[in-house]
Amino acid sequence: MARMNMVQALNSAMDVMLERDPRVVILGEDVGFFGGVFRVTDGLQRKYGEHRVLDTPIAEGGIIAAAIGMGVNGLKPVAEIQFADYIYPGFDQVVSELARLRYRSAGEFFAPVTIRTPCGGGIRGGQTHSQSPESVFTHVCGIKVVMPSNPYDAKGLLISSIEDEDPVVFFEPKRIYNGPFDGDPHKPAVPWSAHPRGEVPEGHYRVPIGRAALVREGKEVSVLTYGTMVHVAEAAVRLAGVDAEIVDVRSMAPLDVDTLCTSVCKTGRCVVVHEATRFSGYGAELVATVQEQCFWNLEAPVQRVTGWDTPYPHAFEWEYFPGPARIAAALKQVMEAA
Amino acid sequence: MTPRSRLHVPAPPARPGQEPDFSYVQISPAGAVNRPDVTASVRDIENLALEMVRVLDEEHRAVGPWDPRLEASELQVGLRHMLLTRLFDDRMQKIQRQGRISFYIKSTGEEAVAVAQGMALQPGDMLFPSYRQQGLHVVRGRNLVELMCQCLSNTHDMCKGRQMPIMYHWGSGNIFTISGNLATQFPQAVGWAMAAAIKGEDRIAASWLGEGSSAEADFHYAMTFAAVYQAPVILNLVNNQWAISTFQGFAGGEHKTFAQRGPGYGMPGIRVDGNDFLAVYAVTQWAAQRARQSGGPTLIEHVTYRAAAHSTSDDPARYRPKEEWRAWPLGDPVTRLKQHLIALGEWSEERHGRLEKELEAHVTACWKEAESYGTLTGGPSLDPLTMFEDVFKEMPPNLVRQREELRALRSAAAAERRQSAPSVAKKG
Repeated sequence: MARMNMVQALNSAMDVMLERDPRVVILGEDVGFFGGVFRVTDGLQRKYGEHRVLDTPIAEGGIIAAAIGMGVNGLKPVAEIQFADYIYPGFDQVVSELARLRYRSAGEFFAPVTIRTPCGGGIRGGQTHSQSPESVFTHVCGIKVVMPSNPYDAKGLLISSIEDEDPVVFFEPKRIYNGPFDGDPHKPAVPWSAHPRGEVPEGHYRVPIGRAALVREGKEVSVLTYGTMVHVAEAAVRLAGVDAEIVDVRSMAPLDVDTLCTSVCKTGRCVVVHEATRFSGYGAELVATVQEQCFWNLEAPVQRVTGWDTPYPHAFEWEYFPGPARIAAALKQVMEAA
Repeated sequence: MTPRSRLHVPAPPARPGQEPDFSYVQISPAGAVNRPDVTASVRDIENLALEMVRVLDEEHRAVGPWDPRLEASELQVGLRHMLLTRLFDDRMQKIQRQGRISFYIKSTGEEAVAVAQGMALQPGDMLFPSYRQQGLHVVRGRNLVELMCQCLSNTHDMCKGRQMPIMYHWGSGNIFTISGNLATQFPQAVGWAMAAAIKGEDRIAASWLGEGSSAEADFHYAMTFAAVYQAPVILNLVNNQWAISTFQGFAGGEHKTFAQRGPGYGMPGIRVDGNDFLAVYAVTQWAAQRARQSGGPTLIEHVTYRAAAHSTSDDPARYRPKEEWRAWPLGDPVTRLKQHLIALGEWSEERHGRLEKELEAHVTACWKEAESYGTLTGGPSLDPLTMFEDVFKEMPPNLVRQREELRALRSAAAAERRQSAPSVAKKG
C-alpha cells in the first residue's frame, strides 16, 4: 500500500497496465514528453517509449478516431482529452463510431478504447475548462461512463476500464486530483494523505464498473451523488445534522440500480446532487429511476441540487457551484416534508 | 468606387437542359507523367498532384512508365470483377425499384477504383471503404449472397438487421464496417495503420471517401495524423464530380486539385485517371510499396464520374444534364479495359458477351438463394429480440430488462392473435 493522490493513482493504473499488457497504448495532447498538463501520464513515455505513449496533434476528433483504428487493430488505447470541455470535436467519433462499431457489425468489429478526461469546475476554469458533460455521454448507448471520487477508486476503475472490451468514457473530477474538497474554497486544501481512500495498492486491482459505493451509512435520507460532490455532500450532511446515507454512484452507465434504490427504499427520502447543469442532467435519470423503484417508500418529493442552467461563469464559480449550504438546505427540506 | 467583398457561390458548368461541359477537367496524355522512385521526397514529386497519371491511350494501348505490366490473365480477372460489380449493382437497383429492398447505391462508372485497388493490395491489408466500393468485396471473393442478404435484412444478414442496405463489413476479409456517417473511416484507417506500425507488421491500411466528404474535419484529422506519424496508409479521394446535387466545386475543387492537398500536408498527392484500370492499379502499387517500406502515406485523387444517381433516393435529372455521363472525357472503365484486352488479342466481343451471360446467371442464382433466407416482407425473419445484443459485449441489466419487456409484449400479442383467429384448426 502507498499513499497516493488521484493523479498518482491514475498514473499508477496506466503504469500497471502498460507493464502487464503490451496492447495498451496512451495517446493525447501533451501526454508524452511533458506527462500531461495535470501530470497524470508523467514519466510513462520515458519508461515505455514513444511508440506506446504518444503525443498527438491538437485534434480531439483525430485522437478518438485514431484510438478507434488502433482498437480495431488489436491495441487497447487510452486516449486523454485534455479537458472534458474539449471533447466535442470528437463527439461524432464517440457517438456514431466508437459506441456502435460492435452493434453495427453484429460483433465482428469493436474498439476497446478508454477515453480519460478531466471534468468539473472550481479551478477558475471559466466556461471552457469546468464542464461536467457526463449526461451527454450516458445518453449514448454502447459506451460505459464512470467517474471516481477518490484515489483508490480512480486506479481500480481505470484498470477495469482499460481491461474492458467495450469503450469507456472515464471522467476525472479535477478539483479533487490533489485532495478531497468539501466545497469551501476558503478553507486550506486537504491532501489525500489524510483520507482513507488515499491508501492505494501499488499493484494491479480492479474496482468493478457497474457498482455504486456506500460512502456513509445513514437512516434518514439518501444522497445520490458522484465525483467531487461526494465530498461536498459529506460536508453538507455534517452541516445539516441529519443521519444521511451517501451513495457514490461511481458508474453512471451501467447504473447500479439495486444499491441506489435499496438505500432510498430504506430511508424513504432522497436528494440527488451533481455539479453539472440541472435540465436534462444525469440527476433526472436518477430521480426517474428512484420514482419507478421506490415510489411507495418515499416520504417526500425527491430533490435535485445541481449547477444552475448557465454556462460555468469564471467570476462567479462559487455562486454557481452547488456547495454545502445548498445541499444542506435541500436535506432539511426533504426532512421537513410530511 | 468603394471596394466591396463579394461571395463566390460555386456553380457547376451545366444544369439540366444545358450542354454538358467538362472543359474544367485537366487531362494529361497517356504515358506523359513521370514515375518517380517510391522513395522520392514529397517536395520533388508535387507535379503528380497536378497532372494526371494515365496508362491507356486512345488506341487502347498501355503506354508510359506507369504501365504495371500485368499478365493478360490478371487483366481478364480485373475485367471480370468490374463486370460482376456492375451487373450486381444493376440487379440490386432493379430489385430496389420493385420494392424488394429499401435502398441501394450503385458504383457504376467507378468500378476501376475499387477493383484495381483491391487487386493491387495484399489480402492482409485492411480496407476502410466508403459506401461505393462494393468492388472490394468482389475482388476479395465475397459470396454475393452475403451482400444480398445484408440488403434484405434477412436471417443471413451479417448486420442482423441493424444497418441500411450496402453497409457491409467483412471481418475475415479485412474489410471494415461501413458507417453511413461520412468520412469517419478516414482517420480510423490512419489509427489502424499506426497500430500496424507500432506492432511492427508489414500490413497497411487503405481508406476511401468522396470528394464531397473531404470537406469534413475527419479528412483533415486523417491527413494530419497520417503525415505527422508517417503512417502506412493509402488515403483515396474518389472525385466523382458529384456529391448528390452539389458538384466538386463545393468541396473546394475549383481552386486546386484535391490531390494537391497531399503535399500541403506533407505527403505525396497523386492525381490519377480513375477510369483507367491500369493507372489506378499502378499508383496503388506505388503507394503501397512506399507505405510498406516506412515511406509513409499517399493521397490518391481518382478522377472519375458518378454515372448513376447518388443512391436510389435521388433523381440526377433534377440537378445535372441527363446525358452528362456520355460527355465524360475519361470514358467507361469497363469498356476501356475490354478494348485494351481486345487490342492485345486476349479478348473478343464474343467472349465478353459470354462472360456477361455467365455473370448475369450467377447474379440471378445468388439472388434466388438470398431470397430463400427471407425477404423484407415474407419468409423467415430475424428475431427482433436480437436487437439488444452487441450493444455491449455483455448485456447490462437495463438491456436485459428491456429485452424481457419486449419478449412479454410479443408473447401477449401472439396469444391475442391466436385467440382472435378463426378456430378452424380445433375442429379437425
